[in-house]
Amino acid sequence: MRTYEVVFVAAPTLTTEELDAFIAQMQTVIEGKEGKVVKVDNWGKKPLAYRIKRFRDGYYVILTIEGGGAAITELERRFRVTDFIVRFLSVRIDEDYKRSEKLKAARQRKSGKRPATQAPAAPPASEAAPL
Amino acid sequence: MPGPKRFSMRRKRICKFCAEKITYIDFKDGRLLGHFIPKRGKILPRRISGVCSIHQRQLSEAIKRARHLAILPFVAD
Repeated sequence: MRTYEVVFVAAPTLTTEELDAFIAQMQTVIEGKEGKVVKVDNWGKKPLAYRIKRFRDGYYVILTIEGGGAAITELERRFRVTDFIVRFLSVRIDEDYKRSEKLKAARQRKSGKRPATQAPAAPPASEAAPL
Repeated sequence: MPGPKRFSMRRKRICKFCAEKITYIDFKDGRLLGHFIPKRGKILPRRISGVCSIHQRQLSEAIKRARHLAILPFVAD
C-alpha cells in the first residue's frame, strides 16, 4: 500500500457546494479502485502566483490517499476531463515519510548517546552552538 | 588589496533546515519556500543561503512542485 498526496486547484467560478460535491465524487472513485481517502484538506480560495486560464485565484484541495497506482491513474484521468480543474499534482509520500522518520530516530539516538560519551565537554559546546 | 576584504565578508554557514531539524520540505508551505526565492523568483543558490546540499536538493524539488501549483511564481518582478 502506498500513500499519495494529491493536490488540485479548481476554478474560482465554482461554488463551495459544487466543490464539496466534486470532492465527495472523487472519494467514491478512489474507493471504487480500492483506495482510501485518509484526509481531505480544503484550503479554500487562494490567490494564484500567476494567471492560469485567466483566473487569478483558485480553490486548493489536498487529498491524502492510501492505495495503489490504479486509484491515482483513474483520479488523474478524471481531473483531465473535468473543465474546472486547472492544475493537479500527485506525489507519493510514503517513502519520503519513512526516510524522514528514520532520520528523526537516528538523531534521537545520537542525542541520547552524546551526554554519556562526552559529558564534561558538552555543556559549554552546546551553549555556543546556537549562537 | 582585495584579499583581506573578502575574508571580512565571510559569514557563518548554517543550514536553516538542519538547524530546525526539518527532515521533509513540504512543497505546500509557500511561506517557508518564499524565503528561498528572491524578488526575481529564482531559486536562491546555496552559496548565498548556506543550505546544505541534501536540503538544497529537496528544496529545489519542493519549489518546482510549488511553482506548478501556482503557489510560487515562475518569474516575478
